Amino acid sequence: MFGKLTLEAIPYHEPIIMGAVAMMVLGGAALFAGITFFRLWGPLWSKWLTSVDHKNIGIMYIILALVMLLRGFADAVMMRTQQAMASTGAAGPLPPEHFDQIFTAHGVIMIFFMAMPFMVGLMNIVVPLQIGARDVAFPYLNNLSFWLTASGALLINISLAVGEFARTGWLAYPPLSELQYSPGVGVDYYLWALQISGVGTLLAGVNMITTILKMRAPGMTLMRMPIFTWTTLCSNMLIVAAFPILTATLAMLSLDRYLGMHFFTNDGGGNAMMYVNLIWAWGHPEVYILVLPAFGIFSEVISTFSSKKLFGYTSMVYATVCITVLSFIVWLHHFFTMGAGANVNAFFGISTMIISIPTGAKIFNWLFTMYRGRVQFTVPVLWTLGFMVTFVIGGMTGVLMAVPAADFVLHNSLFLIAHFHNVIIGGVLFGYLAGFTYWFPKAFGFKLNETLGKVSFWCWLVGFYLAFMPLYALGLMGMTRRMNHVDNVVWHNYLLVAALGAAVIACGIGAFVLQILVSVLNRKALRDLTGDPWNGRTLEWATSSPPAFYNFAVDPVVTSRDAFWEQKQTTGAGLQPLPAYGKIHMPHNTGTGVILGGFIAVLGFALIWHIWWLAVAAFAAAVAVGIGHTFNENRDYYVPSETVAETEGKYFKQLTSQV
Amino acid sequence: MAAAPFLNGCDMALLDPAGPIGAEEKSIIILATCLMLIVVVPVIAMIFLFAWRYRASNKAATFKPDWDHSSKIELAVWGIPCVIIAVLAYVTWVSSHTLEPSRELVADKKAVEVEVVSMDWKWLFIYPELNIASVNELAFPAGTPVHFKLTSATVMNSFFIPRLGSQIYTMPGMETKLSLLADAAGDFDGLSANYSGGGFSDMHFVAHAMTDDAFAQWVEKARAGEGKLTMAKYRDLAKPSEKDPVSYYAEVEPTLYHDILNKCSDGSTCMDAAVSLAMAKEVAGGDLQLCNPAKPRG
Repeated sequence: MFGKLTLEAIPYHEPIIMGAVAMMVLGGAALFAGITFFRLWGPLWSKWLTSVDHKNIGIMYIILALVMLLRGFADAVMMRTQQAMASTGAAGPLPPEHFDQIFTAHGVIMIFFMAMPFMVGLMNIVVPLQIGARDVAFPYLNNLSFWLTASGALLINISLAVGEFARTGWLAYPPLSELQYSPGVGVDYYLWALQISGVGTLLAGVNMITTILKMRAPGMTLMRMPIFTWTTLCSNMLIVAAFPILTATLAMLSLDRYLGMHFFTNDGGGNAMMYVNLIWAWGHPEVYILVLPAFGIFSEVISTFSSKKLFGYTSMVYATVCITVLSFIVWLHHFFTMGAGANVNAFFGISTMIISIPTGAKIFNWLFTMYRGRVQFTVPVLWTLGFMVTFVIGGMTGVLMAVPAADFVLHNSLFLIAHFHNVIIGGVLFGYLAGFTYWFPKAFGFKLNETLGKVSFWCWLVGFYLAFMPLYALGLMGMTRRMNHVDNVVWHNYLLVAALGAAVIACGIGAFVLQILVSVLNRKALRDLTGDPWNGRTLEWATSSPPAFYNFAVDPVVTSRDAFWEQKQTTGAGLQPLPAYGKIHMPHNTGTGVILGGFIAVLGFALIWHIWWLAVAAFAAAVAVGIGHTFNENRDYYVPSETVAETEGKYFKQLTSQV
Repeated sequence: MAAAPFLNGCDMALLDPAGPIGAEEKSIIILATCLMLIVVVPVIAMIFLFAWRYRASNKAATFKPDWDHSSKIELAVWGIPCVIIAVLAYVTWVSSHTLEPSRELVADKKAVEVEVVSMDWKWLFIYPELNIASVNELAFPAGTPVHFKLTSATVMNSFFIPRLGSQIYTMPGMETKLSLLADAAGDFDGLSANYSGGGFSDMHFVAHAMTDDAFAQWVEKARAGEGKLTMAKYRDLAKPSEKDPVSYYAEVEPTLYHDILNKCSDGSTCMDAAVSLAMAKEVAGGDLQLCNPAKPRG
């Protein structure tokens, strides 16, 4: 009846896990009770869960990302604690079967369920506004993408309470991830969580590319697009090209595990190294999928807060496109030690270091944007400067490891761990946090508290260096990754410093959470009425904060780069009331996405536990809902011009009464 | 504990190599780092300098809000990194070939052959020429090249002795090759550098580089070990276990390494035999049709 699922699947005997589960259940119950008490289920359903408004979907993506950031960071704290406590011969608090799940979950969560939703969330909020569009090209698909991502995240969180998560490392290399060596449900949770969220990501990519290519405001040629839009375009091109590889690879592993096939098994002609090649053919572009939008954010931030045009726009665009193309021919640098031979290794090593040329050009372009500008040290600028210094160091260690002969000793060591956290925290995360602070007033209509933002930045920066510089040293000492315990007093001291670094980062996260709370409480004082709190340059600042659901009352017309800046130079002001407005074509909200996401989460759960009847039922239900939606012809409507005039009138009245 | 040293040259295994491979890799790490510092140091300095010089409160600094292009600067920021990467690419090409792990080191003394098998979770070292084997301990004469052939009995691992240099994956059903040399006698930590499951953290061994005499004694010690490593004993050894003590085998089933590599240590058909059988059938026009480039099908 319930497949492999029995009551034994709940780890009662593990106090740490049960504590975490209890917190999750209590938190969920409190949230449920709160929503019920304040009678918010109705508005939550109609305004948020079923929303097709790109801004609301973006906000939901970012909420998901921040929740998963806390979960992934809790894993990081446990790892640092374990290694610090178990480095002088002691066993430490976490046995291998638990520790191995934690480092796997940390990687999977941080990449797939923190960084990806954070990025897609920022793109969702910003890109349609930056290009002067009313929404994305496929609003319902956008909602569905979000719910598929959320379903994947849900499965990962369920794995904590019911069953186990994979103990394979975040890329689940076979043969370790095959049934023979991982008979439990951990790898199945991994497979279905990633498959479901991966489809969501792919659909989001298709949506964003179409939006950027087809829905730009009149006059916005490709070479007039804001850089964030450019990097979003390239990043989504990579998603559409790379995610099918991930889907196919994981599907083959699933076939091995579910139907006894032999793609990557030890016997029957399988070849595990094929998986390693394929997963990195997705995995390396993935790194650039994450970091390109961050580069875009830094470009917007540094130009806005230097009150200056971005230096070298054209070369910035070409650098982005170069990186996009090159990112597909470097994947083998993740396994030079496979023994592929000197020519192959040298080719991939050299192609990898070539990427550092366009990346370096970008750094110089940001530098020369500050040059002869007026740099304001706001929180987004601090993140940008912290990024530039940190990323240059991470890039250097990356190029070092691109030399196969150097990688032969550095591969899989803590030097590698330090390197990729150096670029992912210093590049991706700092970028997203800069973007979060920069665009927060646009999404919510008030700015974030500056002081706490600075506290958060400094804790993150100092904590990062404390946590990861010792790891570079440990790598040079020969310490490899994923060790549950070691016995070495010298290493122990470095691991203590690294644990201290994690504690300082925890303060940074605390300050960040506090910053949001304090800012919400002070939202009246932090209010942004003009819609343009930073004296911005691009179109997202040319509308109110938060924008009306239709974004722009009239389509903006673009005549140059930095469209809004130019408009301010010529007309001398931002938004102006118009004598008359036209009607606006908008999409209806739909519950299909959330319902479909729910059925697919059930499908995933049933497949993980081999509950076949439930899998068939959930699949049939999902297909029925999907087909049912195609009969819904009431998908769009026109906002009457009177409603537009009323909404705009209200806004301008408020604006004049306050100013 | 706090008094224990933080940074000590001897602790930095990779910066204190004990053989020519490690030494060359160390010098490449240093060379590549220095080459990159040519760009990195000025960039970091410029970040601080520009941010401070052009801070908004410094009204004395030049302000050119519309200045956004300079061909000279563009040429420099694309050109200089190109030159550095070109140099580094040359270093990469040459070193990838000279330090290719399978390239056999040559010295005055004849090389020692060792067959390495990673198991759950221990290391088996077979000395085919000496017909002995050891578990979790490696020994070889100093100043003598050691030619390793490596495979895995279970999942993937990576064979790594940090102070001697290069690591290489061990993969089931596949063979990799590695050649190392220790300049002088010494004991070096060895480990698996690729996560392989529950017992991974204890999958380390000591590599003893010995004088010729000491190595001869070590071989005698091994010959006094646990008798012959037969297929039956191997299957027993292959069961997953952790923290296995060092043990020696006086004799080894001659086909053992071949059978592990060809996945027939359990008595099933060996991979190489299966392939040649299939090829033979194909040549003979049998009904088993394998793709054979030498004889394209019509």
